[in-house]
Amino acid sequence: MAIARNKREQMGLTGNSAVAMAMKQVNPDVFPAYPITPSTTVVEEFSSYVADGAVDTEFIAVESEHSAMSACVGAAAAGARVMTATSSQGLALMWEVLYIASGLRLPIVLCDGNRALSSPINIHCDHSDTMGARDSGWIHLYSETVQEAYDNIFQAVRIAEHPDVMLPVMVCLDGFITTHAIENVTPIGDEEAQEFVGEYKAKNSLLDTDNPVTVGAMALQEPYMVFKYQQSEAIKKAKDVVIEVGKEFEEKFGREYGLFESYRLEDAEVAVVILSSAAGTTKVAVDELRARGKKVGLLRPRLFRPLPHAEIAEALKGLKVVACLDRTDSMSGFGGPLFNDVRSVLYEVENRPLIFGRIFGLGGRDYQVKDALAVFEELLSTLETGKVDELIKYITFDPEAPLSVDGSGC
Amino acid sequence: MAVPAAKQRLSVPFDYDKYLRPGKLPHIWCPGCGHGIVLKSLLRAIDKIGWEKDNLCMVSGIGCSSRTTGYVDCNTVHSLHGRAFAFATGIKFSKPELNTIVISGDGDAMAIGGNHFIHLCRRNIDITVLVYSNAIYGMTGGQYSPTTPAGSYATTSRYGNIEPPFDPCEMAKAAGATFVARSTAYHTKELEKILLQALEHKGTSVVDIIDSCPIYYGRMNKFKSASHMMNGLEKDGTITVAQAAKLTPEEIGGRQLRGILHQAERPEYCENYDNIIVKQATATKGA
Ligand code: SF4
Repeated sequence: MAIARNKREQMGLTGNSAVAMAMKQVNPDVFPAYPITPSTTVVEEFSSYVADGAVDTEFIAVESEHSAMSACVGAAAAGARVMTATSSQGLALMWEVLYIASGLRLPIVLCDGNRALSSPINIHCDHSDTMGARDSGWIHLYSETVQEAYDNIFQAVRIAEHPDVMLPVMVCLDGFITTHAIENVTPIGDEEAQEFVGEYKAKNSLLDTDNPVTVGAMALQEPYMVFKYQQSEAIKKAKDVVIEVGKEFEEKFGREYGLFESYRLEDAEVAVVILSSAAGTTKVAVDELRARGKKVGLLRPRLFRPLPHAEIAEALKGLKVVACLDRTDSMSGFGGPLFNDVRSVLYEVENRPLIFGRIFGLGGRDYQVKDALAVFEELLSTLETGKVDELIKYITFDPEAPLSVDGSGC
Repeated sequence: MAVPAAKQRLSVPFDYDKYLRPGKLPHIWCPGCGHGIVLKSLLRAIDKIGWEKDNLCMVSGIGCSSRTTGYVDCNTVHSLHGRAFAFATGIKFSKPELNTIVISGDGDAMAIGGNHFIHLCRRNIDITVLVYSNAIYGMTGGQYSPTTPAGSYATTSRYGNIEPPFDPCEMAKAAGATFVARSTAYHTKELEKILLQALEHKGTSVVDIIDSCPIYYGRMNKFKSASHMMNGLEKDGTITVAQAAKLTPEEIGGRQLRGILHQAERPEYCENYDNIIVKQATATKGA
């Protein structure tokens, strides 16, 4: 049935309110959480929904994030639909348990308000928290806008619980920039939401006493690798499921979601690859340059784990120069994770484009249209010379500038 | 005209600047927050004991209370949420001559750092712990903590908290701390004295400081103002050990005890460790 999109009511919501509302509409069975800036208000608003009887959820205010994820694992193993929200150090403290969740194939959904990791202590946006968890076996969806973060929650539930997948999903949105900014959101109806996510029936459950199971048993030299192989196969399958669920979402609600967003990429000669909210800023620069006749474009990965490598390679193959912008440094001495992944993806491409990596906006440092324009300038001059000047570099940053430690920044 | 010595002493205000980092004030605490009063009491106690700033190390976790370390001009570590106890143990253990203080809050010490807190007490390592107890997570917007009284309101307990609270003093005592005391931000002079004794004590000393968060706890629990809250919780909500000794449990009611609640002697951890080294070294030499 066609959707009368314009009939849908719009609401002004912050990223966190929209996520909390989506979670309310999903109505999970269990929601264990611990407060941490900037994702606290998701937890806070969700706890109000619980108190108001708007959901049937068991809300557990645990004593740390380690306990939050542990409670998620316990509840999910017992067959419940489980959600939580966190950020930064909170995700870092969940680390040990993240691997348990994915290894046990528990379809938990977590929302992360991306925030820098200590030290130094910083509460603002960068991607070091979730990028550090990129190999934890979770599916990662990065959201550019409040609307997308909202929509991703419903899709995350479906992706996680898909029988071919059965893996946890984290939905990422930029701390403060998206978690706290009010944007127009077109919500879906409660019934539609319920219909979309459907009922969850765990295949194996600790509470199914007629069919007892053991969870988390030892698996040494021989069986361990079998489990890991299965997990690896499952996360590969997630890619098709993401596409399938995105299509269904589009049919029902009219908003299109794929593996990534291509922006003015068709005939582009140079492009920026960038995640989340900074893509919005970059698109403004793309439009400005397009108006001046420059063939520039953008690719914004939405699904980062599993990495849709073949599709990204396909999308970038006609380009001459690509810049990967990372909002984190993997401290390998060789640029950020996005740069490394995309560079590796391009290896198989015939006449592969030149590529360079730029690290920007760490700890909430501003990234503006002028910064995006400067990257495109570099891309265009590389196009002319046919030579990459500097493979990896920090931008939005002047290493010579004096450091002020007394101002509000510290 | 010469001012009599006694009078002169009274009229000279305490020089807090000596202990504060230049350029860091004003602090970030909200108007009416008790944390500033606690900090001042602590600085006066440090001054009394006469510790050199270079020999003093202050370690904090995360939370409003933990911002204290940013303001004090000594060796400071602003660590991770709940982990100040573990950081401080490492510091003290490697440099036992460093006078070490941990600044924590109820969420930091009793929830996420509860495990480290009890093991610090168990070891009886010579560290003074200040728990700024305001029964709420102030920094993240007023979620209930493990010391929030049952029935009170928080952003995560809209219809009243159903969990029973921890008593940080009982916990410290049970875990093995050898000096356990309680005071409040309201009783600033008394707090200073208690803190001084805690600093002087050899072994783990824990001071639970009842403090007010008027912004979150206060507003959600119908306290009209910061002073209303201080009067209600800190002044009228507490009673000294000496006063309580004269009353029946009914007369004491729900009031919390102030003063030194527990004091014991037990070998201190670093000393114990040194003894082992000496003993083993002598034994090896002899062999
Ligand atoms: S939020 Fe509460 S505890 Fe934190 S500074 Fe404000 S009044 Fe103090």
